[in-house]
Amino acid sequence: MQVGKRETTMERVNRGLARRYLQERLFRLFGLGAVILSICLLGLLFVSIGLKGWPAFEQTEILLDINFDQELFAVDNLMGADYGALVKSSMRSLFPEVKGRADKRKLYRLVSSGASYVLRKMVMEDTAIIGSSRKIWLPADDEVDMLLKGHIRRDVPESDRRLSDQQIGWIDQLTEAGLLKKKFNTTFFTAGDSREPELAGIHGAVMGSIYTLTITLLLSFPIGVATAVYLEEFAPRSRWIDLVEVNINNLAAVPSIIFGLLGLAVFLNIFGMPRSAPLVGGLVLTLMTLPTIIIASRAALKSVPPSIREAAFGVGASKLQVVTHHVLPLAMPGMMTGTIIGMAQALGETAPLLMIGMVAFIVDVPTGFTDPSTVLPVQIYLWADSPERAFVERTSAAIMILLAFLISMNAIAVFLRRKFERRW
Amino acid sequence: MWKKAVSLAAVSIILGSSASSLFAASGRDYIAIVGSSTVYPFATTVAERFGKSTRYKTPKIESTGSGGGLKLFCAGSGIDTPDITNASRRIKMSEYEKCQKNGVKKITEVKIGYDGIVLANSKASPKMQLTKKDIYLALAKDVPDPNGGEHLVPNPYSTWKEVNSALPDTKIEVLGPPPTSGTRDAFVELAMEGGCKQIGWIKAMKKKDKKKFKSICHTVREDGAYIEAGENDNLIVQKIVASPTALGIFGFSYLDQNGDKIQGSTVGGEEPTFENIASGKYPVSRPLYFYVKNAHVGVVPGMSEYLAEFTSDKAWGEEGYLSDKGLIPMPTAERKQFAAAAAALTPLVLK
Repeated sequence: MQVGKRETTMERVNRGLARRYLQERLFRLFGLGAVILSICLLGLLFVSIGLKGWPAFEQTEILLDINFDQELFAVDNLMGADYGALVKSSMRSLFPEVKGRADKRKLYRLVSSGASYVLRKMVMEDTAIIGSSRKIWLPADDEVDMLLKGHIRRDVPESDRRLSDQQIGWIDQLTEAGLLKKKFNTTFFTAGDSREPELAGIHGAVMGSIYTLTITLLLSFPIGVATAVYLEEFAPRSRWIDLVEVNINNLAAVPSIIFGLLGLAVFLNIFGMPRSAPLVGGLVLTLMTLPTIIIASRAALKSVPPSIREAAFGVGASKLQVVTHHVLPLAMPGMMTGTIIGMAQALGETAPLLMIGMVAFIVDVPTGFTDPSTVLPVQIYLWADSPERAFVERTSAAIMILLAFLISMNAIAVFLRRKFERRW
Repeated sequence: MWKKAVSLAAVSIILGSSASSLFAASGRDYIAIVGSSTVYPFATTVAERFGKSTRYKTPKIESTGSGGGLKLFCAGSGIDTPDITNASRRIKMSEYEKCQKNGVKKITEVKIGYDGIVLANSKASPKMQLTKKDIYLALAKDVPDPNGGEHLVPNPYSTWKEVNSALPDTKIEVLGPPPTSGTRDAFVELAMEGGCKQIGWIKAMKKKDKKKFKSICHTVREDGAYIEAGENDNLIVQKIVASPTALGIFGFSYLDQNGDKIQGSTVGGEEPTFENIASGKYPVSRPLYFYVKNAHVGVVPGMSEYLAEFTSDKAWGEEGYLSDKGLIPMPTAERKQFAAAAAALTPLVLK
């Protein structure tokens, strides 16, 4: 064995230096790449939803000359008058050359079936308009809307389209005359669900979500905070408490459908609460969000330094006073952040609601905690499965609304943390 | 400690029972409907018009699937159970018996029309001209040995040309619903079993060993040629537009809405058109039903009016608004028969 000059430590370090630098550079590049990739994917999601959903905020309407003929209202019940006939006669006067039953039917189909309900509402609100003649913007059929938005191809054979050449001719004439226009889609924000895309809105689902989340917040926040305070500040260290802790952590990872099954068994079958009600939905989501809130609240309580408790004890405060006067206020920002994140999670949940009947077609906007209702993500799911093409853009628009809610909730959480967080 | 626990339990039981009596007593002022996702688009259309044109509230409709709907429907006759259930198949004997056992004695059956199941592909590819036998041979798990003999081999076909030399030389790739779907049940029963029966020795087996016959005819291959694409039919439409060689299986209304992008394959030489399904010429079509709990008529407001609206020609007739949504109407005589049954609430007797 040849004895050469022994390598000094410095030399060994220098030899490996280039490799270590390279490793670090690679690691950084890797991290940067991961961030860029996830931002790109998120951007792709937003852009594709935005592009698809944006047109839904506009809806084609048709300007019709409606003559509220006195004779049509010569019935006892104004509700039961034939409002469809008003629309039909107006369409006939626009295209007097259209003859024959089949052709007329095609013509009437350009206006939404919801137009007659709009007229009925106008008459019910103000009976004085009977006998007068007015120009009114009424919703056009979803097929007309799709054609104007370019979702129906004109170059395919007539039999392959839902609109005939004749109908497209009428639509072009109306557009040229300025009687057919895309307007801001207020219906989308004021109506409940509908089978007609042009009449469908998210108001019902948004209200359902609000009622459901109100129940969830009212129950899960106090219960969650109380549990966390007890476990963190008062509970004796024992096996029993350890068991409780393990179970809470476990619950946080239980698939949400399980909570739905539990809700079905307990709230509906034993307590006999009504199906499809936000009350039950809120209770089920409470069970689901509780573990999240408890874990976040305990972390917030843990981060309050012991010196604060000791100082409070030092001036003679009781245990309860220490907790309520000092520890809890300091831990509150963290607890609220955890609660908001739990709420945001609950807002996006559909699986547990399936079992308790909140995946349903509900037209009337709910007005209370026991009215049948649905929630935003369920509405998105139901629209995504509808055959009518116009529901595609509405699905994306509803997703945009849901994302807006989620982003603002998370922004509030970040804001609270920034504003009230204290560092020791 | 124990005393506390016992008193706590007592309090919660009292609270629970008072809560349940509170909810049970409150009754219900809207119709509750559950059931098939295939009937859902039609039932919701009727419900919406009913709600807007009468003084009654709009019925609530849950999409639970035919089986799930009947399970809820047959759970009892209390006011907290659904009033109507939609089904994309007829009620089974076992379900009917369960209904009877749980006190749901009188049920009215109303057939509402037909739904065609189509096999469609993108317009970018040639139209497929299939027979039921082609469908069976292309999609079954085990098929008769192509070299002859009365025994089964695992499905050896990978292109349509191998199945039938008249078909194009493209890979067999079919996107369809999963086994939980009623559309899948009907497709298997009507198309695959129909093709299966055309093979003499398998048909003969039906009498001898019904179970074996069913497992031969109803089992769909699992080697990747049939792709379960979930319950969302829109997704299947989008996928077959994106991959032109693939075929998709879904309800007629989706073909009706997307006629500019996709085309329905002919089955046995018949095009899947509205007219052909209505006349019964197109072989893969199934009846749709709903079932009414007679005991709830008169208790839940608006029940008989809803039935009248659904069974009016304005709704389910040849030119009714449901045909715009893709429902294939029944012939006039059949419509009259079921409208009469709905009006008189003739109880169903299943033997």
